[in-house]
Amino acid sequence: MKPITVVAFIAVLVVGVLLGRSCSPQQPAAQVASVGSIAPPPRLQLKPSLDAMRRDADLLAEPVALPLARVQNTDVRRARNYPMQPPTIPHAIDGYQVDQNANRCMLCHSQSNAARFQAPPVSVTHYMDRDGQILAEISPRRYFCEQCHVVQTDAVPLVANTFVGADDILTSTPASGKKE
Amino acid sequence: MTHTRREFIRNSAAATAAAVAGIPLFAGASNIITDRSETALKWSKAPCRFCGTGCGINVAVKDGRVVATHGDIHNEVNRGLNCVKGYFLSKIMYGADRLTQPLLRKTNGQYDKRGEFTPVSWDEAFDVMTAQFKRVLKDKGPTAIGMFGSGQWTVWEGYAANKLFKAGFRSNNIDPNARHCMASAVMGFMRTFGMDEPMGCYDDLEAADVFVLWGSNMAEMHPILWTRLTDRKLSNPGVKVAVLSTFEHRSFELADIPIVFTPQTDLVILNFIANHIIQSGAVNRKFVDAHTTFKLGVTDIGYGLRPDNPLEVNAKDAANPNQGSPIDFDQFAAFVRPYTLDYAAKMSGADKGWLQKLAELYANPKLKVTSFWTMGFNQHTRGVWANNMVYNIHLLTGKISTPGNSPFSLTGQPSACGTAREVGTFSHRLPADMVVTNPAHRARAEQIWKVPSGTIVEKPGLHAVAQNRALKDGKLNAYWIQVTNNIQAAANSDQEAIPGYRNPDNFIVVSDAYPTVTAMAADLILPTAMWVEKEGAYGNAERRTQFWHELVKAPGESKSDLWQLMEFSKRFTTDEVWPAELLAANSGYRGKTLYEVLFKNGKVDRFPVSQIEAGYDNHESSAFGFYVQKGLFEEYAEFGRGHAHDLADFDTYHQTRGLRWPVVDGKETRWRYHGGTDPYVKAGKEFDFYGNPDGKAVIWALPYQPPAEVPDDEYDMWLSTGRVLEHWHSGSMTMRVPELYSAVPQAVIFMHPDDARARELRRGQEARVVSRRGEVRARVETRGRNRPPRGLIFVPWFDASILINKVTLDATDPISKQTDYKKCAVKVVKV
Repeated sequence: MKPITVVAFIAVLVVGVLLGRSCSPQQPAAQVASVGSIAPPPRLQLKPSLDAMRRDADLLAEPVALPLARVQNTDVRRARNYPMQPPTIPHAIDGYQVDQNANRCMLCHSQSNAARFQAPPVSVTHYMDRDGQILAEISPRRYFCEQCHVVQTDAVPLVANTFVGADDILTSTPASGKKE
Repeated sequence: MTHTRREFIRNSAAATAAAVAGIPLFAGASNIITDRSETALKWSKAPCRFCGTGCGINVAVKDGRVVATHGDIHNEVNRGLNCVKGYFLSKIMYGADRLTQPLLRKTNGQYDKRGEFTPVSWDEAFDVMTAQFKRVLKDKGPTAIGMFGSGQWTVWEGYAANKLFKAGFRSNNIDPNARHCMASAVMGFMRTFGMDEPMGCYDDLEAADVFVLWGSNMAEMHPILWTRLTDRKLSNPGVKVAVLSTFEHRSFELADIPIVFTPQTDLVILNFIANHIIQSGAVNRKFVDAHTTFKLGVTDIGYGLRPDNPLEVNAKDAANPNQGSPIDFDQFAAFVRPYTLDYAAKMSGADKGWLQKLAELYANPKLKVTSFWTMGFNQHTRGVWANNMVYNIHLLTGKISTPGNSPFSLTGQPSACGTAREVGTFSHRLPADMVVTNPAHRARAEQIWKVPSGTIVEKPGLHAVAQNRALKDGKLNAYWIQVTNNIQAAANSDQEAIPGYRNPDNFIVVSDAYPTVTAMAADLILPTAMWVEKEGAYGNAERRTQFWHELVKAPGESKSDLWQLMEFSKRFTTDEVWPAELLAANSGYRGKTLYEVLFKNGKVDRFPVSQIEAGYDNHESSAFGFYVQKGLFEEYAEFGRGHAHDLADFDTYHQTRGLRWPVVDGKETRWRYHGGTDPYVKAGKEFDFYGNPDGKAVIWALPYQPPAEVPDDEYDMWLSTGRVLEHWHSGSMTMRVPELYSAVPQAVIFMHPDDARARELRRGQEARVVSRRGEVRARVETRGRNRPPRGLIFVPWFDASILINKVTLDATDPISKQTDYKKCAVKVVKV
């Protein structure tokens, strides 16, 4: 095994643990929600806990719940990772009615209303039917916006993600040394 | 633009991890690069990694990494669309905590079940694992080893595992996690049609006049099928949608007929509809007389709990719950006659007007009806019955096997159909709907597998729930888990799975890409290549088989499940695992490794690596020296060809966006059992349910029965569990995608506001959810996408820090052995 992989593995655990800790400074790491009847099996916990999603809790100990995350409501548009990624929603959508009778999202985001409300209009793809024909209104196959577009909250990720988009690969120094 | 604290932490975390992994990150753009040698992305096709819908994905690769994904415009399933999870597939392989080398629990350099996880080489990992499996085989024989697999295995991974266990180790203790999701659907199909999987296909979505959702929240769980249904309904105002569930959810946004019913009373509603069809004269007598028979099922079948449970002790049909006796139409009519509208409304708590309207839609001969169901039916202690009973309705009206007339069981995993069901990785099954209990089926499998007669054991092995119980009881001692997170998924885990995995008698191996809670409970963790890090095949819910190539290298020393299975098979010889009599009668097999018997057998190894499509790697084939996937697939396809499960040849699938089996003369089959659309229907017949010897489908007379556990004074609420749109199953992939995590970072207790108030709880407060078996802590949510009625809470299971399956009950359907995750009794207590 290559040394770099070992280092990566350890670094990743450290990052995960630090993030796991930083997200709940006011919370104890774990509290045992006791379940009485069985004899305790051999020790289970690993410090740091192996699964970052477990928030450092032992398998027998259900941790306290994090506070409800709050939806980011800044209205600042976020960058996409690649062109076909649906943009995330930069505002709260509590109580929005989207059903067969009304579509609150399209009140602002339809092509015809977007300028008036200074909202980004949905793209032309949203007016295409299953066969690529353009319709006069948004295509019913795109009707339920939240199937693709989701809000973002203030929850701190429990583990990092090392995805790198094409733009970032292009603009970074190529490993091949092809560019000067 | 200013950075939020969250973005800063995330970015620095990503930068740290990326720098350590040697990946250059964004360094600041100065101009637009137009050099095509720099900007070109290599696009390839793959099916989605998540649910059973089986959407087509285009995957872009640059410098050995996936840099983008989007919906494949050429795939009929999704025609360019994805759900939010699908759009973020590009990130699922890049969680910073990917496992990159085997980890073994050790103390002072030696394996120790109480030790700490320590990096080891593959050789050391396999040495220890082999020694442990050999120890158990020697002490107790093949009934004490086992494997838990997955509807996320590729077709050839499931096939190799099935073969290794059933023909190599001669152990039927292999079962997939599809037991938790599809087993009731399988047995429903087998009992009614004698053949597994839906007769219709997704084209029904563009043809039906009425859609009925039974215990299926398609809007969140099968979003792309929901877009097709929405398209059909909103484009055609006459189309009606009925949604039935024990709580209101997003699918109700499209419902013309919304029905919230008391848990378990779907059985009453189903029989009421059958009764309504009969009483109103809507029976299609021509169809019923020509194409159906009637049976009365046994009913005292218990609830699949441990045998000493009071509910099991006196259940006289528990040993043979799948029995039935022939009856006729009049007897069936008399059987369902008590299920009147009044009775259905009283039992279910649903509105009479809606129930009546629903029954009328099914009964109206002018309307084409498609019924969809998922876990509401299947995860049900009477799940097989519920499946049979919805077929009853479609059979009584003849609304089946034609476009838009379709009882359609949806699947939750990408290859629950392709791998778990078609390959037959269940503890009682063999490929192509065959079973280990049938001597002719065993003989056929032994002939195709080129193993001696008598190799395959007749007795079914341990199913998923029985495996965990046997681990706890010390009867199953060497156990391998691949592509599944069963410590998070198995019901009653605090009492069964966790003590089972940590039982000092047992050695537990977990193959996974990420350190899940199941990995935490293991003794050895094997780092595993995932999705497009290997060549694969999945089969979706409409019988569509789809292939993909290996597109990028797996990180570190990760290897595919297939490589692991085949490599492990090299470490056992027939002399070590087969009994003396079998070897004496077949001396040619003496001294051979299981690898030589099962894989390098002159058949699986017959295609050279030169046949791999140019431009794609294939790490298993490079390692073993032949085109492994092609050899396994072509051998597997022998089972189904000519037996109504025909698959096309291997290479075709790499060139198409999947084909729906049976594929006969190069043509896929969209509607089975109907003359003109299914080549297996006998000439001149309009319908032919050829899975049964008499060519007829069975209408089953089955009653309502109460669930295994109901709320009482102390445990006063129903608990239902399930998924959310943004996360897939246990969240081991989607929780590592920052956008998906951020959208839904935690599981909550969805609860009626009045129930919360009665417990002095407000939205956002922490509460304990407690059952007789275990408890978790989570925040109360009284608003949002799920709106339970009073007396019921819904808690999703994707969150590894809220293991709701410590709370659930491991009662199963006695016929299918599938767990009921949708109903047990709990109390909700303020912290």
